Amino acid sequence: MTTTEKLIQMVIAIALFIGVMAAILLLTQRLKSRRGERIQAVAFVGPALFLVAVGLLYPAVKTAYQSFFGANGENFVGIENYIDIFTNSGLLVVLRNTMLWVLLVPTLSTFIGLVYAVLVDRSRFEKLAKALVFLPMAISLVGASIIWKFVYEYKGTENTQIGLLNGVLKALGFDTYNFLFYSPWNTLFLIVILIWIQAGFAMTILSASIKAIPDDIVEAASLDGVSGLKMFFFITVPSIRPSLIVVLTTISIGTLKVFDIVQTSTGGRFDTSVLAYEYYFQYFVSLNQGLAAALAVVIFALVSPIIIYNVRQMRKLEAR
Amino acid sequence: MTTTPTPEPAMVKETPGPTTGKKSASRAAREGLTSKTASGVSLVIALLWTLPTFGLLVSSFRPEREAKGNGWWNAFTDPNFTLDNYREVLGGEGDASLVTFLVNSIVITIPGVLIPITLATLAAYAFAWMKFKGRDVLFVAMFALQIVPIQVTLIPLLSLYTSPPFNLRPLAGRDAPAGGLYELWLSHAIFAMPLAIFLLHNFMREIPGELIESARVDGAGHVEIFTKIMLPLMAPAIAAFGIFQFLWVWNDLLVALVFSGPDVAPLTVKLVNLVGQRGEDWHLLSAGAFVSLVIPLAVFLGLQRYFVRGLLAGSVKG
Repeated sequence: MTTTEKLIQMVIAIALFIGVMAAILLLTQRLKSRRGERIQAVAFVGPALFLVAVGLLYPAVKTAYQSFFGANGENFVGIENYIDIFTNSGLLVVLRNTMLWVLLVPTLSTFIGLVYAVLVDRSRFEKLAKALVFLPMAISLVGASIIWKFVYEYKGTENTQIGLLNGVLKALGFDTYNFLFYSPWNTLFLIVILIWIQAGFAMTILSASIKAIPDDIVEAASLDGVSGLKMFFFITVPSIRPSLIVVLTTISIGTLKVFDIVQTSTGGRFDTSVLAYEYYFQYFVSLNQGLAAALAVVIFALVSPIIIYNVRQMRKLEAR
Repeated sequence: MTTTPTPEPAMVKETPGPTTGKKSASRAAREGLTSKTASGVSLVIALLWTLPTFGLLVSSFRPEREAKGNGWWNAFTDPNFTLDNYREVLGGEGDASLVTFLVNSIVITIPGVLIPITLATLAAYAFAWMKFKGRDVLFVAMFALQIVPIQVTLIPLLSLYTSPPFNLRPLAGRDAPAGGLYELWLSHAIFAMPLAIFLLHNFMREIPGELIESARVDGAGHVEIFTKIMLPLMAPAIAAFGIFQFLWVWNDLLVALVFSGPDVAPLTVKLVNLVGQRGEDWHLLSAGAFVSLVIPLAVFLGLQRYFVRGLLAGSVKG
């Protein structure tokens, strides 16, 4: 398709969509009787409900069902796929890596975000300082992976270095290091990329929450002689605890589903795969439908308790 | 959720600090560290967060031989810049040019934002202000669907697109309408729905009920209330979610890899392929990466205010 054709298709689709929605609204506008109200309600919620039922509910149930079937999706294998995930040595590495991601990304990004928020709070350059850390949030995970792959770029020690980190290593007199090659350390270097993106999110939320701590609490504490790190640990952190939990859980959820960084940086090689990547790999490369479905269900099982907890925390925050 | 504090006048003037008369928690905490360490640490963090991007940006303007031959920091001692890299990635015809993929990204993103926001606003209105049987049950169900990760849905959704029931026209494959764009639009709309409805519903409930009630008494129907009262009041909230959805669709890789045919692949897919095929050509990779970053960065910087508000309202999509 040419560019013009694509743009025309887009305009047609938008016009079609607006036309249908406008027709629905105009047709139901006049209805004021009891029955009419019911039809109006259907017109308002119907499209969304339909999309979600067909696009989320049905596929989720189907995937759960498929996870009990073999590679081609036809012969029933019971819980064999699940046994595989928790016994096969290659897949155990995937689980280990996923564990590392979920432990390190939320804690470190939250910690860095919090420290930074405290340090720049009400300083002269607060706006600019925040924007610098905040900006990576607009960058795609693919773009961020390219940025960091360049930082990690490896050449033998005798060559001229073009990667920043190896350039520093060489300048300090060390041998250069192939950051993305040696397992399990390479997973840590990939984790850095997501921390780099998520710290800005943590900082934004925590900064707003720090600013909302009532001044009288702080003043009372400082009258009692509390200051410095004590103030941080006994006043600041407890006061923003609910926001801390929301930030930690939100980042955990995002981390469990991260796929782009592994795909762009290493393509899952050198033992860097994680659940979300392995799912894609098993289905589209290894053509093992059953195992892919089981991996998706495992992601679901790990994500759902965190989301439920997260939502309950958010409710509490809103109620305050 | 959290409210931004209103600046209060310092009522008790017992700590006449050099800059402000008032101590914040973080300020007091910071004073414990010497202020030199504090600014040192924040400077290091700020540097770590900017240097990687800056290095790639510098490289994208360096001639091929230099970008591949020595570190980007050499550009300061031996400045030599060119636009050739951008000419190369943007020039050429068809798949050789990033412009093709830039257009794809735009064509995917605009309906991918418009459609879910419209549908979600309508549904959120109904859940917030219309009375119908089963409303609360349906809302909770919609809300609960946030726990479904998109991985769980991809495979069955793909087979629905390729071989739909009731002899409907397949949305994927060689004869797909609009080169398979419809499956991308639909998928992005589907995945956005639970969170969008949840967030917009929260905003809508904040609008005072008397406003709607009095309009009802005056004989206004739901459609009228929705278009004349709700939409203008909801504009900031819609903008906040719109930016979210824009960044999500523009930066998405997984949905694009699974559903887009080669004809309509977005920039992210092209970039991943470039990394795979020309991983050593840093002059092209860097320029390509920045082509993909320009639009989201511009949108983000321009509308940051709304984005922060959306963030603070809470988001768990990913």
